Amino acid sequence: MAIQEHSATEKPSRGSLLHDPWVRGLFYQVVVVGLVVALGWEIISNTMANLARQNIASGFDFLDYTAGFGIIQALVHYTETSSYGRALYVGFLNTVLVAAIGVLFATILGFIAGVARLSSNWIIAKLAYLYVEILRNIPLLLQIFFWYFAVLRSVPSPRNSVTFLESIFINNRGIYTPRAIFQEGGTLIGAAFLIGIVGSIVLHMWARKRQEETGQPFPSVLSALGLIIGLPVIAFFVTGMPVTVEYPVLRGFNFVGGLKLTPEFVALVLALSIYTASFIAEIVRAGILAVSHGQTEAANALGLRPRPTLRLVVIPQAMRVIIPPLTSQYLNLTKNSSLAVAIAYPDLVSVGGTVLNQTGQAIEVVGVWMLIYLSLSLTTSAFMNWYNQRMALVER
Amino acid sequence: MTIKFLPLAMGAALGMAVTAASGATLDDVKAKGFVQCGVSQGLPGFSNPDSAGNWSGLDVDYCRALAAAIFNDGAAVKFTPLSAKERFTALGTGEIDILSRNTTWTMTRDTTLGLNFVGVDYYDGQGFMARKSLGVSSALELSGAAVCTNTGTTTELNVADYFRANNMPYDVVAFEKSDEVVQAYDAGRCDVYTTDAFGLYAQRLKLANPDEHMVLPEIISKEPFGPVVRQGDDEWFNIAKWTLFALVNAEELGVTKANVDEMKSSDNPAIKRLLGIEGSFGETIGLTNDWAYNIIKAVGNYGEVFDANVGPDTPLGISRGLNALWSKGGIMYAPPIR
Repeated sequence: MAIQEHSATEKPSRGSLLHDPWVRGLFYQVVVVGLVVALGWEIISNTMANLARQNIASGFDFLDYTAGFGIIQALVHYTETSSYGRALYVGFLNTVLVAAIGVLFATILGFIAGVARLSSNWIIAKLAYLYVEILRNIPLLLQIFFWYFAVLRSVPSPRNSVTFLESIFINNRGIYTPRAIFQEGGTLIGAAFLIGIVGSIVLHMWARKRQEETGQPFPSVLSALGLIIGLPVIAFFVTGMPVTVEYPVLRGFNFVGGLKLTPEFVALVLALSIYTASFIAEIVRAGILAVSHGQTEAANALGLRPRPTLRLVVIPQAMRVIIPPLTSQYLNLTKNSSLAVAIAYPDLVSVGGTVLNQTGQAIEVVGVWMLIYLSLSLTTSAFMNWYNQRMALVER
Repeated sequence: MTIKFLPLAMGAALGMAVTAASGATLDDVKAKGFVQCGVSQGLPGFSNPDSAGNWSGLDVDYCRALAAAIFNDGAAVKFTPLSAKERFTALGTGEIDILSRNTTWTMTRDTTLGLNFVGVDYYDGQGFMARKSLGVSSALELSGAAVCTNTGTTTELNVADYFRANNMPYDVVAFEKSDEVVQAYDAGRCDVYTTDAFGLYAQRLKLANPDEHMVLPEIISKEPFGPVVRQGDDEWFNIAKWTLFALVNAEELGVTKANVDEMKSSDNPAIKRLLGIEGSFGETIGLTNDWAYNIIKAVGNYGEVFDANVGPDTPLGISRGLNALWSKGGIMYAPPIR
């Protein structure tokens, strides 16, 4: 590309095609692309030929066959009679769930620890320093095992559960909480919630515009909270409270009903977010230190108070340094979640492994794994790049 | 030029050696001078390395028998430890010559993976282990239980089938490695631990208080373990098959490691044929006629192999049960050599 543009503007003519840099550049690029395609084609056709010669069935037909095995945590309906494809989908959703929640906690914890490291309070700064140095230097798999077995060994059996308010139970099978079940009219509450979110965004945009024009601030955060919480609450009472609560009940060996967080999920989220947060803390610290002190002084000189200074001057500039490495950490966390297989959390790799073993379709399943992790990572990257562009310095 | 070179390079890169399925495994094995045998990553009684890296176990002894049949040397064998996921790929690509890794013979594996099961060298079934304090005496009382097991094995399917068939809800907690399954069960994550029955006895020894746990009487599946070879090499398939049959026939005929030399002068025609005194059975499978003699000299007969590795006098303490000879109440049976 670069060569093309270059030649388009200057067009150095050498008389002979053989000595034309543009033609030569094009020739080498075509050769390289051709080699890569030939290599890829060879790998695929060779593999197919070998599979056929060894009488190994191939193809993706197996995705429709009955899976026949159970999965302990499924966000969508899944039974043993569901298909392998459905099982992989369940595993995929579990991976997305643990990655999303892990990213959320890691970001919050990482920002707190990063700011704490810069605190003028000696104890807080040293505690944050210890946290970062210890956690980021211990292999993640060990931390996952630590949290899993530490959590498992320290909580009681179901019959001796730790109980809060007779409705929340904690034992070595998980954390059980009551679950709200929406009856008829429940969709209206959901709709009110969505309207609240959309309304808040519109309100925020309007408030921003008004402030830019008139200089008058508007409490958009508070009013947004009011909209998002208030509207569903009003809808809840208007529709006649169409919600019943299902409480977990001890029946036989385990609790039945309610919402359940498995120890595997809790341990994995804890380990992933605490580990990744230690890296994020350093990134945040670097970002804040990258904003020169003169910026703060200039803001003070203009009469901005400390909070607006941080919010409007320091953080926007720090974010430009923080976002690119932060993206890498999010990607790492997502990929690290595949260590879940060690502690029985049914993520994509764990479920896929079972599918692989039962069908013997190794190449296909590994292909599905790679495709899904690649898509997840590319999606995250794309979003963060978009966000990065929005935060980038706009020169006027 | 480059294009001609590519297929070779890719073949090598993918580990799919050209000889892999061409029907010359015996020639390959003879040329390199040893049998490459795929075993487990460490399973007491079946294939387990000691601190010096010497392998022992029932599956290991089968490979030694195979090496003895070919080279008259039970030590002419190298072992490749494989996970449950890797095993079939390793065999299919020619990385190993034979897979002897407590592998359950199922129709899917036999028909779609390009493999052949040689026979059965151990009959097992899946069972349950639970705490005695749970007060359960039968697997049918396990409704609603949390079940710990391994991923990527037939056990996951069996437990699903069993609970479904008996209309009982359950939670399956499936770990990648056996060590974590046992630890999690010991920590109380699950009410029961399920795997093949021999595994339950082996793993119970690893628990903090083995006496507090009991194996429930139900066996919920058929798990016939056997060695596996690649499809498409009948000569090698025959050698593997008759090595197993020779072990069983030797026990049936009373030929042991200790008496195999004096048995050579036996009047029993069946023993004469087994030991190569009469007929040329070894040559028909591409070996020497004293192939079975060499096997027995190296590892003993099936009964001796069983007793030495998993029998009542070993830590596993498993009785013969189904694995006794057909003439002694079991189902272990081999076609005659004639």
